Amino acid sequence: MTLLDTVSPDLSTVAPAVRLSGVSKRFDDGPTVLDDVSLEVQQGEFVCLLGASGCGKSTLLNLVAGLDAPTTGTVDLPGGRAALMFQESALLPWLTAAQNVELALRLRGIGKKERRARAGELLELVRLRDAGDKRVHELSGGMRQRVAMARALAQETGVLLMDEPFAALDAITRDVLHEELVRLRASQRLTVLFVTHNVREAVRLGDRVVLLSSRPGRVAKEYAVSCPQPRRIESPEVAELAVTITDDLRAEIRRHGGQS
Amino acid sequence: MTAPVLPQDDLASLEAGLDALETHELARTPRWQRVLSAAWPPAVAVGLLLLVWELVYRAGVKPTYALPSPADVGTVLLDQLRDGSLLEAIGTSVQRGGLGFLIALAIGTPLGLLVGRVRVVRRGIGPILSGLQSLPSVAWVPAAIIFFGLGETAIYAVVLLGAVPSIANGMVSGIDQVPPLFLRVGRVLGARGISSARHVLLPAVLPAYLGGLRQGWAFSWRSLMAAELIVSSPELGLGLGQLLDQGRLLNDMSLVFAGILGILVVGIAVELCLFAPLEKRVLRRRGLLVGK
Repeated sequence: MTLLDTVSPDLSTVAPAVRLSGVSKRFDDGPTVLDDVSLEVQQGEFVCLLGASGCGKSTLLNLVAGLDAPTTGTVDLPGGRAALMFQESALLPWLTAAQNVELALRLRGIGKKERRARAGELLELVRLRDAGDKRVHELSGGMRQRVAMARALAQETGVLLMDEPFAALDAITRDVLHEELVRLRASQRLTVLFVTHNVREAVRLGDRVVLLSSRPGRVAKEYAVSCPQPRRIESPEVAELAVTITDDLRAEIRRHGGQS
Repeated sequence: MTAPVLPQDDLASLEAGLDALETHELARTPRWQRVLSAAWPPAVAVGLLLLVWELVYRAGVKPTYALPSPADVGTVLLDQLRDGSLLEAIGTSVQRGGLGFLIALAIGTPLGLLVGRVRVVRRGIGPILSGLQSLPSVAWVPAAIIFFGLGETAIYAVVLLGAVPSIANGMVSGIDQVPPLFLRVGRVLGARGISSARHVLLPAVLPAYLGGLRQGWAFSWRSLMAAELIVSSPELGLGLGQLLDQGRLLNDMSLVFAGILGILVVGIAVELCLFAPLEKRVLRRRGLLVGK
């Protein structure tokens, strides 16, 4: 008994940060987008969702974010809420960078003075303290996504959902932001659910990669990424696993080409 | 083999370098240069117009009472300015136009919000509202006179019928153009109901709403002139429209021209001093104004 108490808790005994059980989703009379998806993301885990078009990745994130409700099944977020980042930065163009971060704090009911200080700290965290007074259009794509990260962190949900957040960036900037995200995730102890269709990106970032099939979206396969962070996208370990996953992904896609 | 990984301050300097490469400050030309480059084309155009006018006058195409020379009109204009009657007319009309516009603003704004956000209301009065916009407001004048009698109320009624649909429609099209992404972001950040309207919807609508206001003012001013031309009685103050009517009754073309110039100048002044700078400011802040 006492011995058990001192043993570090098994992950399965701690409540997961996100739990989807038997989730299905159809829109009105359309086809089933997600079919019986069950997925758990542990506290502090970084899970990448990977799939071709039509796998319902974005729908799944919307369900977790509470922007939409599943047709059947349940979505549990023991922490209550999750922050969501989009492919476009989705910063509000009538506000400055700092005001965008402050808005997240303001909507949580945080007072003006604390808001200002906190927004400054968060911008510092993404190394954009000096850009606080800049308007959105004065920032580069990479800077916008970092401000969006600061804004997501301002929600203090602990769970960060990311919907292809780096897809619109050039390769150099994307590489730097991968590093930034890995660093923030470690320092802020974030749980991340990251949607992408870029296999290498998934392997570069995730502790676990979940491959979804398309039409309807189902969990097809999972891969643990064993090589430790920080990794580089060019490294042979990343490439090796990416080859395996790409082959599986292609097999999934081929199923849709034949007559059925 | 593990690939080498950047230490943290290296990442920081890498980011700083990328940021510097990808942003650039725009140099702005000095104010006097901008004013000058904006002012000379219209000045030249007006000069040419006066020249053509003078030439046509000298050619004697029409008798002098029907087509006075620019100098004749200038003299009448100066006389009218000196004895204060033109300024008084401008004052009266601007006051009516301004008040009418403000009332239209107070009615059109909530109406637009209602039509834009409530589906049933939109189905009901949306088409009527856009239909009204294409109805020349002078068509309302006879109805307004019969209903309200010859008086200021009739004038204001015509102004409102002209301006309210424009302002409301500006709001509606603004609401339709709000990118759905902004509303989703608002929801993710926890904005609901009133706070969503205040922090997301209304700021997003602002540029289109301003466009509606601008058009609303133009409609107010036009409707007012139409109404003043027809609704005139001794008890009513003398506005620019009534000044025009007076010119017509006296067969005094120079006075008519002076009135038209007065109407034009007010329209241009409001545009240049109020709406253009306001719109420019809003668009510049959002990075929607390129190269100006």
